[in-house]
Amino acid sequence: MRAGSTTLRWRMAFLTDRLTLAVAVLVALVLGMPLLKPLFAAAFPTLDRPLYEADSFLTLTLDHLALVGLSSLTAVVAGCAAGIFVTRPSGAEFRGILEAVAAMGQTFPPVAVLAVAVPVMGFGAQPALIALTLYALLPIVENTVAGLEGVPESVLESARGLGMGPVERLFRVELPLAAPVILAGVRTAVVINVGTAAIASTVGAKTLGLPIIVGLNGSNQAYVIQGAVIVAALAVVLDFGFDRLAALSVRWRRG
Amino acid sequence: MITFDRVTKRFEPWTAVDGVSLTVEAGEFCVLIGPSGSGKSTLMKMTNRLIVPEEGTIRVDGEDIATLRPEDLRRRMGYVIQNVGLFPHWTVERNIATVPTLLGWPKARVRDRVSDLLDLLKLDARRFRDAYPHQLSGGQQQRVGVARALAAEPAILLMDEPFSALDPITRGALQAEMTAIHKATGTTIVFVTHDMDEALKLANRIAVLDHGRLVQFGTPLDILHHPANDTVRDLIGREDWGLKLLAVETVGQRVRPEEDGAIGAPLPADAPLRQAIAEMVARGTDRLPVVDAGGRPAGVLHLSDVVRS
Repeated sequence: MRAGSTTLRWRMAFLTDRLTLAVAVLVALVLGMPLLKPLFAAAFPTLDRPLYEADSFLTLTLDHLALVGLSSLTAVVAGCAAGIFVTRPSGAEFRGILEAVAAMGQTFPPVAVLAVAVPVMGFGAQPALIALTLYALLPIVENTVAGLEGVPESVLESARGLGMGPVERLFRVELPLAAPVILAGVRTAVVINVGTAAIASTVGAKTLGLPIIVGLNGSNQAYVIQGAVIVAALAVVLDFGFDRLAALSVRWRRG
Repeated sequence: MITFDRVTKRFEPWTAVDGVSLTVEAGEFCVLIGPSGSGKSTLMKMTNRLIVPEEGTIRVDGEDIATLRPEDLRRRMGYVIQNVGLFPHWTVERNIATVPTLLGWPKARVRDRVSDLLDLLKLDARRFRDAYPHQLSGGQQQRVGVARALAAEPAILLMDEPFSALDPITRGALQAEMTAIHKATGTTIVFVTHDMDEALKLANRIAVLDHGRLVQFGTPLDILHHPANDTVRDLIGREDWGLKLLAVETVGQRVRPEEDGAIGAPLPADAPLRQAIAEMVARGTDRLPVVDAGGRPAGVLHLSDVVRS
């Protein structure tokens, strides 16, 4: 009886959870967009084709996610490695340069990076990948450095004094304690990249930006709305997801 | 046994430790004391190679520590600092288990050792084993800090002003704990403080440092009776020298082997004279019965004997 009510409560918590709801909305939009065709037809009676049908929204969403995922992952690996390196005694000299480079990456508008990358790499997903990776670097580098710097001196001293080596200190003490701050940087990077990846469709990457750009070119507002709504839902889902991760990374602070 | 041989450490432009030679005997409770900037902390941190000296050698049980891997050396020594530095993302149990885990002890042995240490430091295992450091008071945190330092049964324990940030009552309790732990384990303790009362209370021998030099190294009584210079006199505090002496000397040193002449609850022979004075004032008497460690009558303590130097 008691176990039953616990399961029920757990189920209720799951069903009313905002992450679950956001995922449900996203899935419904991606898979159910064709069902809304009559609605768009009614709203935009002048349009011949009120539903974007050149690609399925599922394909576009998965491609979009792949682009965001790959660029963010690259940025996380490179950004964390660089952040760790410049907070070690051996890499301290490079800290100024790294922060300047990362800040520059953020200053370029992503469209400009795309424009510069296309003549070099041609059209397609590659220039988009580079632009998004560069774009994601700054928040990750900055937060990695800030997170590692935020580890209390006394904790580091006792880790050293008790006989932890540099690797043990980094993985057992510094990174776990810096995790919430690093995670916040990754969250910023990923959420920005979800929006920026849409622009990557201008250089031929297949993303959810495609219906938006096609719609803008052909004055098809329905396409624009269809693309934009799913991009927005995706950004919200990822944001909520990171919220959950952030809570997990500081579980020890509760109680 | 720790031997410092003409050890020098400079932090340009100034010299933190200047040619200090000093031997801490095995099992000794050695307190390093001095004003701020005297080099006491630097000297201690050279023992586990957190700081590396420019000149001189440091030997632990005859072994030159410069030849050892720093991590191995440190795992053989306990280390306690003023700001505790518990790992905030680990439970009390995991914090205490730090060094045994690094040394690869089997899980069951680590768990038993943690239980023993929680007992030793008077922390209720049921309440504290799975607690996180932020759920503990300052005093409880430092108890865990001491337990963590003792976990792998080190022969040497290094303590850098461990109780300075605690309130007087908590500090007193932990000082008493340290005395008991030292007696029970025979661990060699090097303890840094700037508080002479704490030094007199805890030390077998006190090393007084000033401007990086060793000014005096002797027992608490030595330091009180024959301060080497004005720095030592300042550290003792010229006004309450007498009270400090009462805190160091014990009832047993002044007792008269008489059979009777005093009534009331007896005082143990190893109680400090200060406690005897307090009892005399409280009871309105000038004589107190004294018993030895076994509880047998050891004589009578007279106020006049306490006052005579």
